[in-house]
Amino acid sequence: MPTHGFRLNNRAVSVESWDANQPLLYVLRGALGLHGPKFGCGLGQCGACTVLVDGQATRSCTTPVSRAAGRAVTTLEGLGTPERPSRVQAAFVAEQAAQCGYCTSGMIMVTTALLARTPKPTLDQVKQGLAGNLCRCGTHTRILRAALRAAQM
Amino acid sequence: MNPDSSAIRIPHSALSRRHLLKAGGALVVGFVFDAALPRTLTAQSRGATTDPSKPLDPAIVDSFLAIHADGSATVYSGKVDIGTGMRIAVAQMVAEEIGLPVARISVIDGDTGLCPDQGGTGGSNGLTRGGMEIRRAAATARRALLTMGADRLQRPAADLTIEDGQVRPLAGGAGVSIVSLVGDRQLSVNVDPNVTLVAPAKHTVIGKPLPRPDVVDKCTARHVYVQDFRLPGMLHGRVIRPPAVGATLESIEAASLFGIPDVRIVRIENFLGVVAKDEWAAVRAAAVLKATWTDAQTLSGHAELARHVREGAIDRDQDIVNTGDTADALRGAVKTLSATYFWPNQSHAPLGPSCAVADVRDDGATVWSSSQGTHGLRANLAKVFGLEPSKVRVVFLEGSGSYGTSGYDHAAADAVLLSKTVGQPVRVQWSRQDELRWDPKGPQQLLDLRAGLDASGRIVAWDTQMWLPTTRPGARAFLAADAAGIAQEHGMSSGLLSQNGDPPYETERVRVVAHWLKETPLVPSNLRAPGKIANVFAVESFTDEIAAAAGVDPVAFRLKRLSDARAVEVVTRTAQAFGWKERPSPNSAAKQGTLLAGRGVAYMRYKQAENYVAMAMDVTVDPASGRIAVTRVVCAHDCGLIVNPDALKNQIEGCIVQTISRTLHEEVKFDRSRVISDDFASYPILRFPEAPAVEVILIDRPDQPLMGAGEAATAPVAAAIGNAVFDATGVRLRTVPFTPDRVKGAIASASKGSSAGDAAG
Repeated sequence: MPTHGFRLNNRAVSVESWDANQPLLYVLRGALGLHGPKFGCGLGQCGACTVLVDGQATRSCTTPVSRAAGRAVTTLEGLGTPERPSRVQAAFVAEQAAQCGYCTSGMIMVTTALLARTPKPTLDQVKQGLAGNLCRCGTHTRILRAALRAAQM
Repeated sequence: MNPDSSAIRIPHSALSRRHLLKAGGALVVGFVFDAALPRTLTAQSRGATTDPSKPLDPAIVDSFLAIHADGSATVYSGKVDIGTGMRIAVAQMVAEEIGLPVARISVIDGDTGLCPDQGGTGGSNGLTRGGMEIRRAAATARRALLTMGADRLQRPAADLTIEDGQVRPLAGGAGVSIVSLVGDRQLSVNVDPNVTLVAPAKHTVIGKPLPRPDVVDKCTARHVYVQDFRLPGMLHGRVIRPPAVGATLESIEAASLFGIPDVRIVRIENFLGVVAKDEWAAVRAAAVLKATWTDAQTLSGHAELARHVREGAIDRDQDIVNTGDTADALRGAVKTLSATYFWPNQSHAPLGPSCAVADVRDDGATVWSSSQGTHGLRANLAKVFGLEPSKVRVVFLEGSGSYGTSGYDHAAADAVLLSKTVGQPVRVQWSRQDELRWDPKGPQQLLDLRAGLDASGRIVAWDTQMWLPTTRPGARAFLAADAAGIAQEHGMSSGLLSQNGDPPYETERVRVVAHWLKETPLVPSNLRAPGKIANVFAVESFTDEIAAAAGVDPVAFRLKRLSDARAVEVVTRTAQAFGWKERPSPNSAAKQGTLLAGRGVAYMRYKQAENYVAMAMDVTVDPASGRIAVTRVVCAHDCGLIVNPDALKNQIEGCIVQTISRTLHEEVKFDRSRVISDDFASYPILRFPEAPAVEVILIDRPDQPLMGAGEAATAPVAAAIGNAVFDATGVRLRTVPFTPDRVKGAIASASKGSSAGDAAG
């Protein structure tokens, strides 16, 4: 059975999969036991499953595990902890930018990638940057504030 | 097969893994797990044990509250927090009464083995009813603690207070810790329903914008959603539902699963599922399993829905409001107006599709679910699947936001049926398509409105006719049980749909008649502000029509007809903060480059008895594309006593932004056989570039009862948008959603000189 090795949150991991097309999401949530990336649509339409692959925001629900081989994958777990949150996580907490919070992981991952690319974005750049991520609770105004706050931290 | 599964008739074609292996269809392969990685399956402690001595009777204080020897306390809430901040608000209310810091109070919600049955969570009743029951229990505990403290300190209870976990003299001096008075022992007192609560002037915790503890967990992947929950030995299940509503299963080809490891098929009549050790194997099996179904064409199609509803069989007609003969008054009116409004079926569309885990054993069943009514679900699961009710436990775990009755109870039934059949714990995760096709839907609503004015502009008559799905007693049927041929109730309910069909404005005669429809094409259920959302859309848009016909500014028109001071205040504060300039609609200076700009207002009192909400919006309309942009929203909101202003604002902002999505984008589309809007491309919801600036003005009334705020601010949104679009374009939108095509069509018909506006029904 094919083995796929990659770095996950700064550790080397190796997983076997019966299907090279198995989406990375199922590997992360299944064999690797993570909760950060969420299943929302399986179609790349909502962004809940977003992780960073070599720093790029990537939809893990439509990325085959084979494509992660040799790369560095970062999930919400890899950014920080309640005690030592990343600045984006801290900004989301400060703004209380969650209701159900199911989309939050994807929002934080995309914002992290966005700020790495555009350290001081305008409101409009943040809106465009998050255009691929859906929030059903209507927490948009707080998420936007959190992203802009993170940029100031 | 579980020996217990004999309770369910499993016909000849049910396949076990052994059959599949014999057919050469399955490969048993697994993952290699790197043991160095942390696994964060903390949820497994939830629901693992129950304490039989834990009382559940809501008449007893100990059912709601336990004070522990370490100085912490646990609150047991039958109402659940679905991302609304209910848990922090309840903790604040309890902290206020028993004098423990909020950080030392944890809340367990919706576990039927630990939490009293306080009814389902809905209708914004989480704090109003559930939270207040708990607060009265806490206040009763406070009184008991003061009495015990008085005994210990040898002072009158009236001279004592509770602060920081101590009963101490008001005048100062040594106190006694409440832990030493009661820690880990039951108080054994009944809740006094008339107990005196800590007076508003003395509140130190209620009214504070404390952060929700779940938010930091949600931002760091510590929060365990039902979707994250796992049990040892658990299988992943998927249910394959028919391609047409009402179709029956003719045959399946097990060999189509060749190459998918360790998968089993479960067929019970028309119930078809797969279970597998590996989730991806279950996903693939559900996708590729060849099944032949009959055709079925039982639905009206969404395009015909309004006509279908108007012509539908009526269960009964009901006078909701009747303050005089409106027909007579309309005949005598100097000016009359009439209009028809329509609201489509909408989906809850939770961002995470429904999920549940069930572990059905011979000696009982445990189900982990995000249901908003775990006690009701428990009773119904037991009844339908032949389980001993006292041995069924439903443990609430937050799912994705649900906003009413989405697919979660169906997912729980799927998991129970699969677990019972295969004899192992089963997790069922619905797909995006499952959710959007099969969640019970927010109902369609059709309204005919008429009003008459006299020469002085007074509203002398208002008549609302509304067509709504009826209510039938009994639980809503589980999809799984219907498919498996298991007898069950087929109740129908979707919330209190007929409220707010009457205007909140001074009107001489009002009549509201509900025509309750026997059937509707898609199964209806509660969806945020059920009924009120369309009724307020119609009433507040029609009020705007009347104001425009009278050539009067929409805010002034409303204020002239409102006498309740709280109503006047929300409208006035909204207008002030918005910078509302008095003039009639439409806007004579609407043109801004290629766009048309307008502003709109709407007001309502939720259920005509609860929250006062007013909001004003700026919109632009692009006449070339028909695209509406809501750019700014100002909302003044009065829900009485405020417990946590930041969590409240979060709810109100959510109500507004979510309803902009519902108003501009959302309609469940279906043909004669099936729902066809089954992903976020065909059922689009609002995206970030459309997010407006939202300003919320909270009006705190500490001396007034608190009212729930999870829904109210949704109700005025659609009318405020429609009124702003009218202001911008002179065109009245009466059918939701306000899609670009519909807006373009309405503008085109208006410019051809036909009556301005779209025609519903």
